[in-house]
Amino acid sequence: MTTPSTAGRHGLSHLAELESEAIHIFREAAAVFERPALLFSGGKDSIVLLRLAEKAFRPGRLPFPIVHIDTGHNFPEALEFRDRRVAELGERLVVASVQASIDAGRVEEEPGHDPSRNRLQTVTLLDVIAERGFDALFGGGRRDEEKARAKERIFSHRDALGGWDPRNQRPELWSLYNGRIRKGEHMRVFPISNWTELDVWQYIAAEVLEVPSIYYAHERTVVRRDGMWLAVSDVVHPRDGEEVSIRVVRYRTVGDMSCTGAVASDAATIDAVIAEVAAARITERGATRADDAFSEAAMEDRKREGYF
Amino acid sequence: MVVLAPLRSAHRSYPASDLLRFSTAGSVDDGKSTLIGRLLHDTKGIFEDQLVALEHATRRRGGDGLDLALLTDGLRAEREQGITIDVAYRYFATPRRKFIVADTPGHLQYTRNMVTGSSTADLTVILVDARTGVLEQTRRHIVIAALLAVPRLVVAVNKMDLVGFDETVFRSIVEEIDGFAGRLGVTDVTAIPVSALHGDNVVDRSSAMPWFDGSPLLEHLETVGLDSVEGGGALRLPIQWVIRAATGDDSDYRAYAGRIMGGRLRPGDAVVALPSGITTRVASIDTYDGPLDEAVAPLSVAVRLTDDVDLGRGGVLAGVDDPPAATRELDALVCWLGDVPLTIGRRYRLAHTSRTVLAVATEVVARLDINTLERDIAAPWLAANEIGRIRLTLAEPIFADRYRSNRATGSAILIDDTTNATVGAVLVQGAGEDWP
Ligand SMILES: Nc1nc2c(ncn2[C@@H]2O[C@H](COP(=O)(O)OP(=O)(O)O)[C@@H](O)[C@H]2O)c(=O)[nH]1
Repeated sequence: MTTPSTAGRHGLSHLAELESEAIHIFREAAAVFERPALLFSGGKDSIVLLRLAEKAFRPGRLPFPIVHIDTGHNFPEALEFRDRRVAELGERLVVASVQASIDAGRVEEEPGHDPSRNRLQTVTLLDVIAERGFDALFGGGRRDEEKARAKERIFSHRDALGGWDPRNQRPELWSLYNGRIRKGEHMRVFPISNWTELDVWQYIAAEVLEVPSIYYAHERTVVRRDGMWLAVSDVVHPRDGEEVSIRVVRYRTVGDMSCTGAVASDAATIDAVIAEVAAARITERGATRADDAFSEAAMEDRKREGYF
Repeated sequence: MVVLAPLRSAHRSYPASDLLRFSTAGSVDDGKSTLIGRLLHDTKGIFEDQLVALEHATRRRGGDGLDLALLTDGLRAEREQGITIDVAYRYFATPRRKFIVADTPGHLQYTRNMVTGSSTADLTVILVDARTGVLEQTRRHIVIAALLAVPRLVVAVNKMDLVGFDETVFRSIVEEIDGFAGRLGVTDVTAIPVSALHGDNVVDRSSAMPWFDGSPLLEHLETVGLDSVEGGGALRLPIQWVIRAATGDDSDYRAYAGRIMGGRLRPGDAVVALPSGITTRVASIDTYDGPLDEAVAPLSVAVRLTDDVDLGRGGVLAGVDDPPAATRELDALVCWLGDVPLTIGRRYRLAHTSRTVLAVATEVVARLDINTLERDIAAPWLAANEIGRIRLTLAEPIFADRYRSNRATGSAILIDDTTNATVGAVLVQGAGEDWP
């Protein structure tokens, strides 16, 4: 048993309280919606989300499938991890592929050298929602990630086109969540809204959760591009004049390989990662996402269109 | 005291910090954004890339250096108008405590935003400009914090640098606030003289105000007690979900899952299941990490009972001595949030704990002028940002407490049955209960 040193709310540590809040949110959404699903990327936030779902519903089955939006630009370590974790849980996995959306002519690969599919995945996501009739999607978004997210609700309404209207959000009071939607609309549900990156890592440590190996320091061949280190791979091809080197790095997020940067780090254990995150001077998104750097309002614009 | 650790006996030492949720209130230009920016900055809650973006943004506005206020402006529309328009949440932590700040900006939709931000707050920081002193708005902020039963109040008297760090200015503001808050029954008020812009008494003690012997703001936030009335009160466990085992030997496993919203629970306790009213006992308190000897609000648990009872989502497990009464006629204070006024006879859905029922407003008893505290008993409706006492008739009973005795089981929201918008914040009153 752990013993918080401060008085706390009846002896609850901050993580215990955040956990309890997240479990409550999971149970509310599962009860209120007819066809919820959980978005799983293989990244640390969705790994925490899955554990919280187990805490909410075990020994029963999870009352929803696990959905992966496959950009085709995955870190192999993350895919391998996904399959192993889903098998361990004995739950249903739905994979929706961006490549399939491209092949079906629903979207086009963006022009340019080594295009990212980060933006394209919105269409694939909205398609799978429509196809399967999902009315709620659990996601691992956190309000500390980014300014536009800081105002997003825990139950965040999406209109029939999947759009988010930041000017017209439903007030959220106490621990009461308004889950009423019209046909064709859906809700994004964020059980770890109130967690920070550090909370997530502390929880992973406390729960002894496995995460894909790319979160820990390893050697990798990387190329310097847009101020980031990108892994040289099937989707990232160094051009003449670009600096390629082998470095000891790790990732702070798991995403589309063509736009997710590695950070120089020798943090090879969870304790080292926590120490690094606690001392970090650059936000998770600032360090690793090329697509948010474009404009101050980049994330807000993508979210309005239905991005996660 | 038994220390509860719902997290599995950790394989490593677990951070020994707890969580304080606070909200901020102030009129436009009192320095609220600067104060929050200062707290984030001085506790290293701002990252380098955000600092760079902040420098750019400051320069675009024609300023130089860092305008800390810009840090808390969230959305593009707000950036364009130069004002914050909604409630935003910020996070920072010190080694002792993690903080969640509900930043509720001061202007038009003010009451509704502040009510939202205060609903989850353990503490509210109210800003007062030292030059102007207590304004009508300051009183309004105190009234809202009092109505929402926020347990603790901090008054930060800001811009002390502009009044020469004068103790008498501070004292006279404090005196006025104490008098007003006292009349509202708010007794836990802490006043701190600060300069958000220069950092005096925010994180570090101010050398310019040696006459002040209290704690700087951050130290106060780090050390203030957290125990809530809910934990000490009567047992309330609204049921959200019934857990049945997936397969196999445990196929008759049946546990009632929910978040404890009041009191404590131990195996063997006699409890009453509502709405059936059947009395039974707690067989075990289950969590993913194993059974608990005791659980207390606000833990999420699953409870097995010794008897087969008819209980499901929307039901409640309560202590046998003090169960909540079933009610279909609600006497409540309402803060109206919707753009369309509260209309007598219109259909709403009332969401209360895990139960949602149809509701019709039958009477506006009075509208409260939160500036003068006068009641207008001739008010035919309530418009957005207005607070009033109303009566509601419900299609089915709910099991509610008075808001003053339990903020979680004494609160509800009204949802418009046509637009699905959240239009009302409901605070349940007892029959004949007085209000400000
Ligand atoms: N001199 C002085 N100016 C301050 C102080 N705090 C805030 N200000 C200034 O007051 C103005 C309004 O502050 P802001 O934080 O935007 O107010 P808000 O509307 O309450 O968020 C800005 O120009 C601040 O720089 C203070 O302690 N001293």
